[in-house]
Amino acid sequence: MKTFNKVFTVLVFIFLYIPMVVLLIASFNTGSDPAVFKGFTFHNYGELFRDGVLLPLLANSCILAVLSSLIATIIGTMAALGIHNMRPRKRSLYMAITNIPLTNPEIVTGVSLALLFAFFGQLMKMQSVLGFTTLLIAHITFNLPYVILSVMPKLSQMDPDLEDAAMDLGCNRRQAFFKVVIHEIMPGIISGALMSFTMSLDDFVISYFVYGPKFVTLPVEIYNYTKKPLQPKIYALFTLMFIVILLVMILMNVLQSRDYKSMRARRQALNTQKREGTEV
Amino acid sequence: MAESIIRLVGCSMAFDNETVLDNLDLNIADREFLTLLGPSGCGKTTTLRIIGGFLKPTVGDVLFEGKRINDVPPYERKVNTVFQRYALFPHLDVYENVAFGLRNRKLGEKEIDDRVTEMLEIVSLRGFEYRSTEQLSGGQQQRVAIARALVNRPKVLLLDEPLGALDLRLRKDMQQELKSIQQTLGITFVYVTHDQEEALAMSDTVVVMDHGRIQQIGTPEDIYNEPKNAFVADFIGESNILDGIMLEDYSVKFFGRRFTCVDSGFRKNEPVDVVIRPEDVDIVSAGEGQLTGTVTAVTFKGVHYDTIVDFHGFKWLIQTTKYNPVGSVIGIRLDPDDIHIMHRSEYSGLYGDYSSYSEEYDELNDPELFPEDITEEVQEVPAAEGGEKEGSERENG
Repeated sequence: MKTFNKVFTVLVFIFLYIPMVVLLIASFNTGSDPAVFKGFTFHNYGELFRDGVLLPLLANSCILAVLSSLIATIIGTMAALGIHNMRPRKRSLYMAITNIPLTNPEIVTGVSLALLFAFFGQLMKMQSVLGFTTLLIAHITFNLPYVILSVMPKLSQMDPDLEDAAMDLGCNRRQAFFKVVIHEIMPGIISGALMSFTMSLDDFVISYFVYGPKFVTLPVEIYNYTKKPLQPKIYALFTLMFIVILLVMILMNVLQSRDYKSMRARRQALNTQKREGTEV
Repeated sequence: MAESIIRLVGCSMAFDNETVLDNLDLNIADREFLTLLGPSGCGKTTTLRIIGGFLKPTVGDVLFEGKRINDVPPYERKVNTVFQRYALFPHLDVYENVAFGLRNRKLGEKEIDDRVTEMLEIVSLRGFEYRSTEQLSGGQQQRVAIARALVNRPKVLLLDEPLGALDLRLRKDMQQELKSIQQTLGITFVYVTHDQEEALAMSDTVVVMDHGRIQQIGTPEDIYNEPKNAFVADFIGESNILDGIMLEDYSVKFFGRRFTCVDSGFRKNEPVDVVIRPEDVDIVSAGEGQLTGTVTAVTFKGVHYDTIVDFHGFKWLIQTTKYNPVGSVIGIRLDPDDIHIMHRSEYSGLYGDYSSYSEEYDELNDPELFPEDITEEVQEVPAAEGGEKEGSERENG
């Protein structure tokens, strides 16, 4: 049974990661047919960095991801604070409302946002509303729940007296937040921001409905490429994107486990105190 | 007494239509050590939070040196708080925790340093300046919390069960220390606890609370010797509480016998509660006693034996240094000042009967079992756990 478990686990991982491995190999392939490995080369990467179209698109995607995750993090953290201070029944209602967009099919979100923007465009008699602003609004919209969901648990774990203590010692609410509370919930804020960043960077479905010709993101443009045979430099680009996202995810996990460890250390310290309380 | 520094006038508080404080009037004199004492959910923590400015009373006024401060936020009150679980700032070291309030007041670096150092000296924490608060023991964290509050030189220090998380020995030491700090600095202390021994040992004034109402205010001696009703008599120390009839001044009847007492001023033949403290009863041989009973249980307590004696089906707790075996028939004598008479109250008949006595009875009064005001917590910090669970589940999913 044990061997079966191991073999099965390995099989699952192979199944999950083999496409990435194929992509990785293809990005170093001399030939343009991914089915035949002709020889190792960095040529595709060179091509990529000389490319005048893909790189600006990547820059577009990055600008959008950074901006939308930053704004979503700020709004989301404020929202989490608000929800946290609600009475229990109201709070669970609001959390449920927050969670619905997460399970809502992306295509539905995309279409409804497109409709909304079209409606506003009509209202303001504009020729074309779609562009950077609409993309940004859309990305902030779908990033918000992720931020709220990663900040909320940190707020619940925090000793509620900490905020009172800060106010007792001369801070008003705003100062209490910036001098004390934010330090306590920082791990949640950071993981929310990182998650939003990755979500935004690789979003295709929603972006496809709200982008305009003046500002195109990388995933949207590549979708147009897939109608023709893909150029090998795109394999190189995907490999790089995969590695960047992987690094961000690893960073997030490291931060979370460090946070978890410090929480455990605090708890243990408290327990030892209880046991040997006489020492001082 | 000196003039009052804080006054609560007709304060009521309700959370979700549940009354937590019921028309509370309280005068706190300058420089006194006042303790709010009561069981979980009696409203003592709520009262403290109202004084601290974290809660606004639904009805009533809070006065500080005669001025109404209902709408003054905590950060503008000349009051500081020592929180139950210390609430030290985990991201700051000991020095910065203590300096926090001074930095908020934008004092000069030199003055901050002088005052922090002086305060750490007072709480014997010199040399711990740059430690993380998480490396400290419970007692040390407690001292940091006290120093952090006192360094601001408040007129009133509020302490919310500050010793609740410490073990018994450390708690006794800290009681002494707090009392001496209070006397040295000459600051008003308002102290919340459910531990009656702690309250008696430290306070100038004890305020006994239950169901959001003040049951009795007085010096520790008053509260112990002259309890106003069955609740106070039972909550402060052990008491046998019997039904009696006040025949006339200085004469009370219970168990069908007339006893001489020192109380007066009751109506003729008024039904009353009679309190007899277990340590006041003298055991004599069966023939010589005013009452005769049978010993049904004996527990050795170190200083004395807890002896349960059955008188006509009503069981008394008697504390005596002499051992009387189970089954022996004994007599008791009561001197007039061993008997304390109280008016009947809503608490009559609820307390002071040891018929269901078991050896665990004092464990029920053991503060360790009720380390916090659980019911009050639930009302004030509504279901923090529910939200937490929900959030983390979703995060994992």
